[in-house]
Amino acid sequence: MAPDDLERRIIVATQGGLPLVSDPWGAVADELGIPPQELLARIRSMLERGVIRRIGAVPNHYAIGYTANGMSVWDIDDEAIDAVGEWLGALAAVTHCYRRPRRLPDWPYNLFAMVHGRSHDAVRDQLEDIAARLEVRFPCACRARDVLFSSAILKKTGLRIAGQE
Amino acid sequence: MSGLRTPTDGPVALDDIDRALINALQGDFPLSRRPFAEVGVRQGLAEDEVLVRLQRLLDARVLTRFGPMFQIERIGGAFCLAAMSVPGDAFEDVTAQVNAFAEVAHNYRREHALNMWFVLATERPDGIAECARRIESATGLPVFLFPKEREYFVEMKLEA
Repeated sequence: MAPDDLERRIIVATQGGLPLVSDPWGAVADELGIPPQELLARIRSMLERGVIRRIGAVPNHYAIGYTANGMSVWDIDDEAIDAVGEWLGALAAVTHCYRRPRRLPDWPYNLFAMVHGRSHDAVRDQLEDIAARLEVRFPCACRARDVLFSSAILKKTGLRIAGQE
Repeated sequence: MSGLRTPTDGPVALDDIDRALINALQGDFPLSRRPFAEVGVRQGLAEDEVLVRLQRLLDARVLTRFGPMFQIERIGGAFCLAAMSVPGDAFEDVTAQVNAFAEVAHNYRREHALNMWFVLATERPDGIAECARRIESATGLPVFLFPKEREYFVEMKLEA
């Protein structure tokens, strides 16, 4: 489904952020040339349909003290992966969890789970604990694992679609 | 380029009001004509103070953005994780080349043979492979694509 023209224009107008003024939705509506109530109704619809995931602040996790951002990666038996993924994703320490293709021989891992913590050691400790519990719950399902820490945010602008097509 | 911050920069000093505001603003932003005033009522702050603090948090890059977060897949677009193995002496140049693509939404350096990990966001699903090819030709390096085959959980709320 292609975005209709208004939704596309709403995305272009707000993808860089909302204006920090008393009536930000009114300001966006003015920019789009539509009544504020129409904008708000459409935003509500986009939230209900999941086109907008949420509206709010996107923190830089380094700046708020989560200096360790660990991407844990797991080589999980294909038979068990969905069960392991559901289990791993539900853990409080895990903020995102995805199944992705392996890229053999360079990359054997098919499950990715983000873990944020106050230090690399704290994240490593959590992952040790998770791996031990995983082995009890799903014996031999995990063949290998690793964790990749980020050492710099090189870019974090978020989605940018073109203003004109 | 804005938003560059490394772990060595350390956390920014935040007071309790900043932290409460960041936590309160990670979801449920009011769809009303005075949303910051409503947020202020919940936090015991005047509307002006909410706006001033929010601007300061954005200027200090404690927040990278304030606004709607879109799931472009729901309107026919695509996101895709990608990675490259970049030689150390070329890292800065390749970062500039990769970041120059508007489709690159986020980019992180990570400690691994695959040391550059970025997210591509395009308006159409076929835009991902095409953008990866353009990045390969711009940098002369292979791009590995890691499309998500299944999402088990996603909620990104960090307690400040």
